[in-house]
Amino acid sequence: MSTGIVQDAKYLNKQKRKDRFISLFIGVFAVVWIFPILWTVWTSLRPYNDIISNGIFSWPRHINLNNYANAIKEMHIGTYLINSLIVTIPAVILTLFFGSLIAFVVTRYKFKFNLWLLLLFTAGNMLPIVLTYIPVFWMFLWIGDLLGNRNLLYNNYGGLILVHVGFQVGFATFVLSSYMKTIPKEISESATIDGANVFRHYWNIILPLLRPALAALSVLMSTWIYNEFFWALVLMSDDSKRPITSALRRLQGQYVTDFNLLAAGAIIAASPTVILFFVLRKQFISGLTLGSTKG
Amino acid sequence: MKSATTIKKNRSRRSLSATDRFTLSAFIGIPTLLQIILLWIPALVTIVLSFTYWNGINISDIRWAGIQNYKNIFFNNPIFYQALKNNGTWLAFFILIATPLGVLLAYQIDRGIKGHAIYESIYYLPVVLSLAVIGIIWNFMFQPGGFVQGLMGRDIGHALSIWGNPHINTWVILGVASWRHIGYVMLLYLSGLKSVDPALKEAAAIDGATEWQIFRKIILPTMQPVNIIILVITLIESLRAFDLVYIIYGSPTVFPLLNLLVFQNFAGQGISMKGAAYAVILLLLCIIPIITYLRVVFKEDLK
Repeated sequence: MSTGIVQDAKYLNKQKRKDRFISLFIGVFAVVWIFPILWTVWTSLRPYNDIISNGIFSWPRHINLNNYANAIKEMHIGTYLINSLIVTIPAVILTLFFGSLIAFVVTRYKFKFNLWLLLLFTAGNMLPIVLTYIPVFWMFLWIGDLLGNRNLLYNNYGGLILVHVGFQVGFATFVLSSYMKTIPKEISESATIDGANVFRHYWNIILPLLRPALAALSVLMSTWIYNEFFWALVLMSDDSKRPITSALRRLQGQYVTDFNLLAAGAIIAASPTVILFFVLRKQFISGLTLGSTKG
Repeated sequence: MKSATTIKKNRSRRSLSATDRFTLSAFIGIPTLLQIILLWIPALVTIVLSFTYWNGINISDIRWAGIQNYKNIFFNNPIFYQALKNNGTWLAFFILIATPLGVLLAYQIDRGIKGHAIYESIYYLPVVLSLAVIGIIWNFMFQPGGFVQGLMGRDIGHALSIWGNPHINTWVILGVASWRHIGYVMLLYLSGLKSVDPALKEAAAIDGATEWQIFRKIILPTMQPVNIIILVITLIESLRAFDLVYIIYGSPTVFPLLNLLVFQNFAGQGISMKGAAYAVILLLLCIIPIITYLRVVFKEDLK
């Protein structure tokens, strides 16, 4: 018996040493992982001339936030940031609203077409987006012309919000429906027996129970929609209306010679999603869990 | 839209009132209509357009082309094969290197090695960044005046071309793409691992199984559905890849990818329905992974 314990201790010791090595290894790579981001932050704190005249690794003569002030003043980063919010917030709310409606119907009622509905939405989420660029572009112009205002959807926030909703609602439907399946059927039954109509059943009974899933999804969706920049390049002809991630693409070309300023712009653009991630990390991760690993 | 007559309810003895039917129709109808108009109809239109000639300006100029666009792509377009090759390399790299690394990382972090919480956040950080930002960040590494140039002792005036060097740019691009992909895979896998019964792992460890044996014989088989989902996600991501390359180069000439060729033919000057044909080829390549995914996630419902 005593030899068994000794062996166990030996084994544990070996494992401990191994674990320490693995942790070190992953740690070293973690430094490599975060380094480019830290380097960008560092770059954003230095004036451009400092690097030109003293070299890349020179000890900085000046550390300040001038690049940030200039990014706001010259690049109008603030305007673009507001554009991003104008698009992202309504798009997230509408996506979750529509997704929860479909999820509510397919999980609470037994219609024959439920599975097809769910497949339509989930498959739609996986289509290559490029497949839709040209027709959506033309459709928006056409609808605008038809209603007497060419810029009704094209080159307007509304159009951009709609395409984001169209593309994300599939994922939201899928996640919310798999979450809703875990809500006991009895709750719905007693609601209908008590005479609640469909709308009250959805709004007063199911929706409050969905809160954790909605919170998780809204964090994930905000990040995705905020980060997306191709639709804005296709649908927004006025640069001043573009969200920040699309605007960065142009600024990158324009400020190619002043990359410290660009670094500040990039850091400002990245900060909302990074802050969101650190503040609501739990929601973020559970959003991903709900969606992708339903076995 | 399905008519109200098909609506039937099994659970409640009372049938639905007219108001309820109307509410339900609206609940289904509005999102479905939006989905069909913004996604499915445009996708079908693009498939039709891939058989036409059109410069994208006047709808009346659309001319029937038969399979000419496809012929053109397959027989007169060496860049198409370069793109296929690059997408293939991307896929192979992701499947053989990036995805397994993400999985192993998740496994180690799940075991609770020292510093696992911090590692998890650090490795995941790139995933929350927009590719527009990622392009800029990595430019600060490789462009003239960047960190790597500095390491090699090159100042701004005497920089080496890294993005433009055909011998290394493939690996640089794949490295940057993995920077994002590994964190994504890690988190997906990590969330699956949380559902593996810890008693299983403990029992195996007491029986003297090595870490590697536990991983291979216990973790991998238990995680089967997640494995397939991650494989499919990797496949689709590799086929659809292009944002990063677009951000770095702005055109498909240096590092062609299928999706880039679509975008090139769809945006700016010289719009051509060859782009639509490229998009359809991309769709065909994605169909099998999409169906696999749907079969896995709707396994119970499809029965």
